[in-house]
Amino acid sequence: MFSKMTRLLWIGIVLVTLLALAACAPAPTPAPTAAPPTAAPKPAATTAPVATAAPQATTAPAPTAAPKAAEPKKLLLGFTASQTGAQQVASKKQIEGLQLWLDDVKKAGGIKLKDGTTYLPEIKFYDDESKTDRVQTLYTKLINEDKADFLLSPYSSTLVKAAAVVSEQNDKVMITAGAADDATMEQGFKKTFQLYTPASRYLTGAADALKKFVPTAKKVAIIYEKDSFSTSVANALQPYAKSIGFEVVLFEGYDTGTTDFAPFINKITAANPDAILGGGHFADGTTFSKQLFEKKVPIQFVAILVAPPEPTFKDIGDAALGIIGPSQWEPQVTFSAESAKAANLPYYGPSNKAFTDAYLAKYKESPSYHSAGGYAQGLVLQKAIEDADSVDPAKIVAALDKMNLMTFYGVIKFSTDAKTHGKQQAHGMVYMQWQKDSAGKLVTQIVWPLEAKSADAVLRK
Amino acid sequence: MNIEALIASSIDGLMLGFVFGLMAMGLTLIFGVMKVINLGHGPFIVMGMFAILVMSQLGINPYLGLVIVVLLGLLTGIVVYFVAVHRVINAPELTTLLATFSVNMILIGALTIIFSTSPRGLDLELPSFRTGAITVLGTRFVAVLVAVGVTIALYSFLYRTRTGKSIRAVANNRGAAELMGINSSWILALSFGIGTLLAMISGGLLATLFSFTVLSGGGLEVKSFVIVVLGGLGNPTGALFGGIIIGLLESITTIFIPVSWVPVFEFVVFVLILLFRPNGLFGAR
Amino acid sequence: MKTLSSPFIWIILVVVGGASLLPILTNSVSLREDMFLMLMLVILASSINIIMGYTGYVSFGHIVFFGLGGYLAFFLMKEFQVQFMLAALVGGAGASLIAFFIGIPVLRLRGAYFALATIGINEAFRSFFTNFDLFGGAVGMFFNFSVYDAYGGAKNAGQLAYYAMVVLALVTIGTSFVIKKSKFGLGLMAIREDQDASMVLGIDPARLKVLTYTISAFFPAVAGALFFFKNGLIEPGPAFELHRSIEALVMVMLGGYGTVTGPIVGAVVYERLRGFLITDPTLSNAHLVIAGVLLLLIVLFVTAGVIGWVRQRVPALRRYLE
Repeated sequence: MFSKMTRLLWIGIVLVTLLALAACAPAPTPAPTAAPPTAAPKPAATTAPVATAAPQATTAPAPTAAPKAAEPKKLLLGFTASQTGAQQVASKKQIEGLQLWLDDVKKAGGIKLKDGTTYLPEIKFYDDESKTDRVQTLYTKLINEDKADFLLSPYSSTLVKAAAVVSEQNDKVMITAGAADDATMEQGFKKTFQLYTPASRYLTGAADALKKFVPTAKKVAIIYEKDSFSTSVANALQPYAKSIGFEVVLFEGYDTGTTDFAPFINKITAANPDAILGGGHFADGTTFSKQLFEKKVPIQFVAILVAPPEPTFKDIGDAALGIIGPSQWEPQVTFSAESAKAANLPYYGPSNKAFTDAYLAKYKESPSYHSAGGYAQGLVLQKAIEDADSVDPAKIVAALDKMNLMTFYGVIKFSTDAKTHGKQQAHGMVYMQWQKDSAGKLVTQIVWPLEAKSADAVLRK
Repeated sequence: MNIEALIASSIDGLMLGFVFGLMAMGLTLIFGVMKVINLGHGPFIVMGMFAILVMSQLGINPYLGLVIVVLLGLLTGIVVYFVAVHRVINAPELTTLLATFSVNMILIGALTIIFSTSPRGLDLELPSFRTGAITVLGTRFVAVLVAVGVTIALYSFLYRTRTGKSIRAVANNRGAAELMGINSSWILALSFGIGTLLAMISGGLLATLFSFTVLSGGGLEVKSFVIVVLGGLGNPTGALFGGIIIGLLESITTIFIPVSWVPVFEFVVFVLILLFRPNGLFGAR
Repeated sequence: MKTLSSPFIWIILVVVGGASLLPILTNSVSLREDMFLMLMLVILASSINIIMGYTGYVSFGHIVFFGLGGYLAFFLMKEFQVQFMLAALVGGAGASLIAFFIGIPVLRLRGAYFALATIGINEAFRSFFTNFDLFGGAVGMFFNFSVYDAYGGAKNAGQLAYYAMVVLALVTIGTSFVIKKSKFGLGLMAIREDQDASMVLGIDPARLKVLTYTISAFFPAVAGALFFFKNGLIEPGPAFELHRSIEALVMVMLGGYGTVTGPIVGAVVYERLRGFLITDPTLSNAHLVIAGVLLLLIVLFVTAGVIGWVRQRVPALRRYLE
């Protein structure tokens, strides 16, 4: 009986593996479909049909009479997403934001050029498991097999770095969200554009806020997770804090795997700082805040990375109270057509309220800054296509270089300097804080910068 | 250096050490009885965490929930044993490593689908005792009590009951135990169940102390290895002491060296102990 | 050499070499990327098999050499503009040297103790590199894109790295075969079956094991150097990822432990399967679960691995399937 079962199972396994092999093996062959004229420059292949098809039918009667005649052209946006692994949550939000943008574009009937050509964006993505080694293979696949016209980014600095290497190697335009690394954007990239405020400016605002909210504060403790992103933030924060007159009494990183912060908190308390700045990612930031609260550490001002803007941060209850977090965007931000006019900038895209409401209606959850970043990726690309009046990558790059505008997500302007090309220059952070509303419920409020605040900051007790 | 911080940290570390010890006890028990290194240990800990989370969302007090976790753990362990381990129990250790590794993949995959890898935490507040810089956290204090209680219960079971004695007999010499009329399959399954329930209880306790995600198990599993080696592979009492040592070591070194160096120190100690005291700090020879 | 007259080694080298040419013939960059990753896994699995399959020592944290080689070479390339192949070889040699010194004490441990020690070593190195600022610490190191100019641009560099990986894979497989067939390999297998008895036969297990460990550290280290060269950045987490080590063990078991072909087949099947599950839209959510179930079935019912099973069932093939 046993050997029969073994044999059956074996046949099953062999069949499954064969299936798997079969499904994968033919992958290289579909090349012929898209490559009759040798392996010529790829971007040309996608733009060529546009050039040939458009003049005949559309140029003459163009914009006015024949919007229907122009069959929308597909525009493929490729990226990887972390459907499993550590970055899953933020990545999901980012895609949800992007999806909402797709819906909006579809509702508007696509992205229209002046000659009446319409582009309907589609997305294609694979799971990168939150790991760098898959990212590069999958981006190569997106570029060469799926023939993605433009690339968007995965979530998290490390993954985006890996993806950017491939997209630059293949001369593709990539718009990144979810990556705040400075160093990546200082490699002389030509076609990579960053939407997030870089790490070097992540917590500097918190130091300014501290000066304003606690004028007596002198000593700060900077503590950070020993990973790429948090270390860059801390390394930029330390000289800044010193330059505006703070004494850094403790500057220390903790291992990524740290579970217990109690001894570390004792050490921080012993250094007797007036404020704690730093942090890392979700789990560590949440535990850290929880233990600070449990130990009743009487520090009035605590600003930590990443964890606070996440809605599940309120799982820890009152321990969340008073914790400040830097955020790329919050639902309460005040960017609007009016404020754009005041700043002498054009405003583009939906209003903040329209975005937040539509997101809430679709996903039954309020958007986080990851969601806003996801939407902004699409929005910026759309604007660039409209400005360039083309999907030719070189023209898109030129349009992105010129871009200087305000959206619900904030002001966007990329560096055009050869060395830091594509790095985000104008977008700024907002600082949110967990507070109690009149009903005693935990809510987030923007407390800094003052001109964007939705509530006054409260100090921890 | 600050004496108060040192004392405070030692107390914190000591208390956490009991929970770590409990966590490693499951791993070492399974190894002691059947020479299997259970790579599903991490996910079992995580299952304990999420069981408590779900129950507290249903309004069940987390500590009451631990009782349910005991049953759940026992059941899970027995099922996993018969599905994944029983067939290869006599195969070389590499085979059982891989079998339990597949269990790890399956559980992490399933938990990710159900809960996502979003960070979770319990909103649980107990009064703390405090003098000066020293705080004894209520949650930690209760965790110590539970850990000690469970250890005592485990020992009474292993030394006082007939089934417990059979487990020890199988651990000593499976062949001989079978000759004495002990049904070794059931005993092995039961031991695996107990190992699993220990992991899950410790997970439940850790959930009352820290935030966690579906992936938290990885680091805790490696930590369990370290503790198990400190205490001697296969020795549950040793594991408890190993846990306490790791808890103290981590908390005390934090005061003296930059915290990010603590794991370097910890793993070097781990390798050195393996080399020079392979039977653990308290082992014979 | 008598071993080289065996038809088997030539068949396997031609098959692997031929498969490696595919992406170049079809001019498919994405197939090349897939193959790059696959060859890397073949190298990892084969080198683990050299120590584990032939001597029975489960080197759980073997990935430590991948990380060490990667880091050493990356440092040389970035700071001193050392040519990448030279840097990779130096990285390999450095890792081997470290393996030699680690191996002397650690290989005295047996069974689970050895396996646990290798985990500890990997974790110790990972946390050490996180703190080691010369190599970038937690932030890691990355190339300025101009580094690739010396190789005719980033694209060309990728191509060169691929050729190097192909050669390395062939060398690894060849070495694995030569070791198995040599007297040296026979000594190793005697250790695997019964270490104490092997000493009676006049084998010096300590010397043999350390030598094997040193050799088996070389190939993953060079592979790491090539991988991170193409990657353009290196960080402690991805460099010393214990999970990758475990996956390599899985590949060895899947294909057949102690055989030359086994790790190759195992790596190809495993990688193909994972790649398929991840990119398939309906299965991708559950890919960990599916991969886990399949692996469990194989571990439980095909204990000898694919190649082992074939060898048992079709004795005629034994001569051709080492």
